[in-house]
Amino acid sequence: METFDLLMQGFSTAATPLNLLYAFIGVLLGTAVGVLPGIGPAMAVALLLPVTYGLEPTSAFIMFAGIYYGGMYGGSTTSILLNTPGESATVITAIEGHRMAKAGRAAQALATAAIGSFVAGTIGTALLVTFTPMVVDFAVSLGAPSYLAIMVLALLAVTAVLGSSKLRGFASLGLGLAIGLVGLDKVTGQQRLVFGQPLLVDGLDIVVVAVAIFAVGEALWIAAHLRRKPLSTIPVGRPWMGKQDWKRSWKPWLRGTAYGYPFGALPAGGAEVPTFLSYVTEKKLSKHPEEFGHGAIEGVAGPEAANNAAAAGTLTPMLALGLPTNATAAVMLAAFVQYGIQPGPLLFDNEPELVWALIASLFIGNTLLLLINLPLAPVWAKLLQLPRPYLYAGILFFATLGAYAVNLQAFDLVILLVLGLLGFAMRRYGLPVLPLIIGVILGPRAEEQLRKALQLSGGDVSGLWSEPIAVGVYIVAALVLAWPLLAFVLRKTRGPRPETAAADQPAAVPGTDLDAPAGGQNLRPVASPQDEHVDERIKERP
Amino acid sequence: MSVVVGYIPTPEGEAALERAIAEARNRQDRLVVINSSRGDAYVDQRFVQADGAEALARRLEAAGVDHVLLQPLRGHDAADEVLDAAESHGAGLIVIGLRRRTPVGKLIMGSTAQRILLQAECPVLAVKAAAG
Repeated sequence: METFDLLMQGFSTAATPLNLLYAFIGVLLGTAVGVLPGIGPAMAVALLLPVTYGLEPTSAFIMFAGIYYGGMYGGSTTSILLNTPGESATVITAIEGHRMAKAGRAAQALATAAIGSFVAGTIGTALLVTFTPMVVDFAVSLGAPSYLAIMVLALLAVTAVLGSSKLRGFASLGLGLAIGLVGLDKVTGQQRLVFGQPLLVDGLDIVVVAVAIFAVGEALWIAAHLRRKPLSTIPVGRPWMGKQDWKRSWKPWLRGTAYGYPFGALPAGGAEVPTFLSYVTEKKLSKHPEEFGHGAIEGVAGPEAANNAAAAGTLTPMLALGLPTNATAAVMLAAFVQYGIQPGPLLFDNEPELVWALIASLFIGNTLLLLINLPLAPVWAKLLQLPRPYLYAGILFFATLGAYAVNLQAFDLVILLVLGLLGFAMRRYGLPVLPLIIGVILGPRAEEQLRKALQLSGGDVSGLWSEPIAVGVYIVAALVLAWPLLAFVLRKTRGPRPETAAADQPAAVPGTDLDAPAGGQNLRPVASPQDEHVDERIKERP
Repeated sequence: MSVVVGYIPTPEGEAALERAIAEARNRQDRLVVINSSRGDAYVDQRFVQADGAEALARRLEAAGVDHVLLQPLRGHDAADEVLDAAESHGAGLIVIGLRRRTPVGKLIMGSTAQRILLQAECPVLAVKAAAG
C-alpha cells in the first residue's frame, strides 16, 4: 500500500500542467528520433542534457522518460513502413511488419505495434513499480564486494552477450574504461591519463563524451555515407484493427511482455533477445504458421510488446541499483550525476519525489504516445523525407552548443571533436558504441566499490569475494564468458545442430538464421536491397 | 537527336511522360527518361523503386519507342540532371511537367521547371496534369 501511496504522489507531481508539457515534448521528440534511423533516444537525451540544466530535475527526467518510451514507438513505424529498423530493438518487427505493409495491411501492423507497445509499456511499468522497491530492499543489504561483482557482471554481459563480435565489444569496453579513468584518483589524489594538461584533471565530462560519441560520431558517419538510394515508404491511412486482428494480437502482446520485462531487468539487458524469443514463440504457437514470412500479425504484436516491456525492465536496475544496461539508461544515469543526485539503492530514500514522479510519468507518457502514434503514424513517416544534411547540421549545432555550455570551456570542444572522431572510427570498424558508454559511466563507479572493498579488507584481495552474493555473481559472470566455449563443446558432442548456432545470435539479421530455431520450415525471406540496408544499420548500432 | 523527359510518379510527371512518348514516336527519336533523387533523405517518394522502374520499362517497351531510363543519384538537383542528360544525349526536345505553385512556395523551394526553361539549349515542352 505504501508503494501505491508513493505512486499516487508521483502522479500528483507529474500531472502538473508544466510537467505534462515536458512529458508531451518528450514523447514528441522521442517518437521523432525513434522514427529516424541512426538517431536514437540516447543521442536525444545526451543532446538535451545541457539544455535541461536550468530545469527542475523532476521536469527534466519526465521529459527523458518520454523520449525513452517514444523511441520504441517511433522505431516500429520505420520498421513497418520502410523495412529499415529505426532502432535495434525493432529489427525483428521489420520482418513480419514490412511484409504486412507490402500486403496492404500496414494500418493493422501499425495499430498492433502501437497498442501492443501501450499494453506492454503499461504492464511493464506496473511490474517496475512492484519489483523495484523489492530490489532496493535487497540492494541496501549488499556490501561493496557484491556491488563490484554485479557491476563487473553488467559490464561483461553487455559486452559479451550483445553484438556479434566479442573482440570488438571488449575493445570498445576498454576504450570506455580508459576514458572513465582520466582525471584525479579520488582516493590518493594522483593524476591519471592527464598528459600534463591541467584542464583534464577534473576528468572528462560525461555529457561531452556522450554527445561526442552519439551525435558527432553519427553525424560524421552519415556525412561519409550521404548518398544512398532513397527508399519509398508504403502509403498508409489511419491505423486500425479488425476484430480478427484483436483476437490474434492480445495473446502475443501478453507473451511478449512476459519475455520483455525480465530480460530488460537482467544486467545483460537489451531488447534484442526478448524480441527475438517472442518472434520465435509466436511462430511456434501461431494458428497460422503459414502466414509467417508473409506478414503474420502475431510476429509484429509479440516483438513490439517485448521491446517496450524490456524498456520498462531496463529501468529496474537503473533506478534500484544505479546499473544502466542500455545506452539511454546510461545517459539518464549520467544525468542523475549531473544534477548531483547519487544513483544507487538510496535513490528511493533520498529522492522519492523525483523517482515516483519519473515512474508516474512513464504511465502518462505511454498513454500520450498511444494517442499521438495511433492516428499520426503516417505523418511521422514523413519525417523520413527530411534531407539529412539539414538534420545533421542541426544535430552538430546542438552538440557543439551543448558541449560548450557544460563548462563554458573551449577545451571541451577539442575533446568533443577528438571523441567524435573516435565515434566515427568505431562505426567505421564496426565497434559497438554501447560498451564504451557503459564503461565510461560504470567504470568509475565500479572502481569506487573496488577501492571500498579493498579498504574494508585492509588491502587483502580475498576481500573481493568475502560475500556469498559476490561469489555467486562472479560464477554467473564466468558462465557468461565461457558460454560460447561451452556451446561449442556441447554442439561438438551432440553433433552439428544449426539450432544452437542461431540461438547464440539473437540479434541476427532478417534473412539469415532467424528461421532455424523454429525447426524445419524454410521461410527465409527473399534477399532484397532493403535487407542490405538492414544489415548496415545493425552493424552501426549494435 | 532524342527526347528527354523528367519523370516523377505524380500526375504532372505522368502527363509529361505520356506526351514525351507521343513526341518520341512522332519524331522517331530515342526517349531518355530521367528520374533522379538527391539521395540524401531516407525516403524519396518521387524516386521510382525497382518494381516501379520495371513497370515503367514495360510501358515504354509497349509504346514501341527506343528508350533509356536513367536514375542518377549524385546529389544534384533534378533540374541539373535533366539539363545534363539533355546535353549528353543531344536532346532535340525536353518535356517536363508543371504544377501550380504559390509564390512563397517558389521562393523557398525554387522551381525546377523554371530553371530548366531558362537554361535549356533546346526547345522545352511544359505539360500540365489533366484537370480532375
